[in-house]
Amino acid sequence: MSKVIKIKKGLDIKLVGTAEKILKKAEQAETYAVKPADFQGIRPKLLVKTGDKVKAGAPLFFDKFQPEVQFTSPVSGEVIEINRGERRMILEVVVKADPEIEYESFGVTDSKSLTREEIIAVLQQSGLWPSIRQRPYSIIARSTDIPKAIFISAFDTAPLAPDMDYIVKEYGDEFQKGIDILSKLTDGKVHLSLNAEYPPADTFTKVKGVEFYYFKGPHPAGNVGVQMNKIDPVNKGDIVWYTYAQEIIMIGRLFSKGIYDASKIIALAGSEVIHPKYFKIISGACIANLVKDNVTKDKPLRFISGNVLTGSKIYNEGYVGYYDNMVTVIPEGEYYEMFGWAKPGFNKFSASRAVLSWLIPGRKFKLDTNLHGGPRAYVMTGEYEKVFPMDIYPVQLIKAIMIEDIDLMEKLGIYEVDEEDFALCEYVCTSKAEVQSIVRKGLDLMRQEMS
Amino acid sequence: MNSLRKFVDKIKPQFEKGGKFEKLQSTFEAFETFLFVPNTVTTKGAHIRDANDMKRTMIMVVLALVPSLLFGMWNIGLQHFYATGQEGGTIVELFWIGFKAVFPIIVVSYVTGLAIEFAFAQIRGHEVNEGFLVSGMLIPIVLPVDIPLWMVAVATAFAVVIGKEVFGGTGMNILNPALTARAFLFFAYPSYMSGNAVWIHGMSAGEGIVDSYSGATPLAEAAAGNIDKLPSVAEMFFGTIPGSIAETSTLAVLIGAALLLFTGIGSARIMISTFIGGLVMGLLLNIFAVNPFMEIPAWEHLLLGGFAFGAVFMATDPVSAAQTPKGKIIYGFLIGFLAILIRVINPAYPEGVMLAILLMNVFAPLIDHYIMEANMKKRMKRAKVSA
Repeated sequence: MSKVIKIKKGLDIKLVGTAEKILKKAEQAETYAVKPADFQGIRPKLLVKTGDKVKAGAPLFFDKFQPEVQFTSPVSGEVIEINRGERRMILEVVVKADPEIEYESFGVTDSKSLTREEIIAVLQQSGLWPSIRQRPYSIIARSTDIPKAIFISAFDTAPLAPDMDYIVKEYGDEFQKGIDILSKLTDGKVHLSLNAEYPPADTFTKVKGVEFYYFKGPHPAGNVGVQMNKIDPVNKGDIVWYTYAQEIIMIGRLFSKGIYDASKIIALAGSEVIHPKYFKIISGACIANLVKDNVTKDKPLRFISGNVLTGSKIYNEGYVGYYDNMVTVIPEGEYYEMFGWAKPGFNKFSASRAVLSWLIPGRKFKLDTNLHGGPRAYVMTGEYEKVFPMDIYPVQLIKAIMIEDIDLMEKLGIYEVDEEDFALCEYVCTSKAEVQSIVRKGLDLMRQEMS
Repeated sequence: MNSLRKFVDKIKPQFEKGGKFEKLQSTFEAFETFLFVPNTVTTKGAHIRDANDMKRTMIMVVLALVPSLLFGMWNIGLQHFYATGQEGGTIVELFWIGFKAVFPIIVVSYVTGLAIEFAFAQIRGHEVNEGFLVSGMLIPIVLPVDIPLWMVAVATAFAVVIGKEVFGGTGMNILNPALTARAFLFFAYPSYMSGNAVWIHGMSAGEGIVDSYSGATPLAEAAAGNIDKLPSVAEMFFGTIPGSIAETSTLAVLIGAALLLFTGIGSARIMISTFIGGLVMGLLLNIFAVNPFMEIPAWEHLLLGGFAFGAVFMATDPVSAAQTPKGKIIYGFLIGFLAILIRVINPAYPEGVMLAILLMNVFAPLIDHYIMEANMKKRMKRAKVSA
């Protein structure tokens, strides 16, 4: 076994509703959507209008800042809706799927002889380019850059996260193909981080052309940012790319079959799911069929594309996000609790022992979306540090962002982080600060200043 | 519960913008959230949040202070009996004497402080922060028992306005508010804050005091060179000695410390390093001892005066302490180190804990600055592109 890196700081939030390892093929969703909000820092320009017919892999919109990057339809069908929000911002481009999917052909049978430029062009046309992101800023990679290295996190430690080893086990060939393609994009190494807690899938361990790392410890050990920080930190001037297992499998499929086949496996989990299981779906699917007769009915629910810490809220039977490998359903927490701050809180979870639920060890919790208090000034210290394993001072960085001090942010390590790395800080914060949005604000500010 | 909630919902609009009592909005919010944890749900970022909040955190600290406070009240009765030469006295009797003396001070401290906090919160359009729940309890604990109530009010007002609000309110202050109040009285009204008479209830009034009774605290005796008059180690540990209202019992402080450390609210780094700092200074003094005071065993210093109380409850105030993990260790160590140094070497002040903590409060940002600087240098060194 190669190097095992031990993460000590962090927090595993044990929730009720882990997905059982049973794979079901979901009934095909009627509609699919691509959501520009999934992609940080782009300005979408539409290429279709309602009523247009598209094939799977046909472009729906592109990014004004990087016109060659296209965002394509995951299925063939008819564009039926373009939902807009405030200031006509595009929220969703909805495609009604054909019963049989027709694919655009990208004609890439002989992938071995492809050059870097050709690979990038195919990825960009097919709509898979956005699956490769970069640090700093956590935005879609720019094809003009040559990254120092490519990082892949092959496991997820977030609450209720799907078991990636289970998800990828049948896709060894596609994964290898994807890795071969990726390694042509960098002059440096491809780092593959695996979990050291239990034996990883053969798909990962038998792959060639990567550097293996093993990580042990609580969440956020599975975060790619933490892994970068431990393996080879991102410095000023560096650019590294990162992506995830299912996206690599899609890339592998694209370069062996020549089509954009966005099928992936997601976990449907959370305390309000009656039968939490794994489902094979196509990226961007409407969740209606997944949750039909499979969630509790008597109370308001929160549907989340992604995990409870970093996922995005799905409104009215919306769509699974581009990057997400799970859908979580938890209860909404819109209730008043009399003297709640003084109750022992046996049914609540806290990183501190001020809430008495630690008295019953090993139990799993059914947590809701209540904020459990009001926002306050920063008073407590040392809380973030307990759940933040990077060699960075989290509170000081947050404060540097709040005062918009570019120089200080840079020195305190803003290039190395992403919102998701601060998700646990946000969770534990007794002052109920919106830490992830603050970090995103800092990253956006930094990007404007540096470009 | 439902009827109360309905009532609150009914009167709520009057306190919102445009309502009849909009000027009391912060006050209303404070009382509403005291009664009910709000129904706010997460909108962005993490969808679930920790069950711990500022109210619970602060209440935990207040709970940790309760053993010291209860013991202190009883001890006031006990010392009063010693001074007046009375024998016996049940626990309840003794406690009642202390309670009658201390309770008004607590009330004055809370009423003054919270009134100012509520007013400032309203002016700034903020929520009322819970920090004063702790400060309001700390202030009485570190004062002499016979302090006039108007002084408590003035000192509390000074601490809240000058110590805290002028810097921007809760979370922004440089000095520990409770110690600011004490320091203010210490320098403004020294005759009420030092000497031998102020520590015993009823002694300043002078009625019925036994002639030979001095009322001096152990540290005052030690400073005067009367080392033989020091109480036994057991007395120092349990705290049956004269002193401020509720800081004498090391045992009660340790119970509080256990609660703070166990819940993860108090910083173990600061507490432990403060004790180590005190011990190191004590040992150094032992080595170079030229007078009996310097010969007091180093570990006994940790039981004397307000050292333990300061280390556990004052030095650990998260806002005025150093904030980086390494910084906390340095900060705590220097507090302990300086506290014993001031205590033993300085002739003017019999106790050094308060001044050591206030001094290090001022230096805490500097300590953090150098800790952060080291981290930044490391990061910049790694980079190939220069900044």
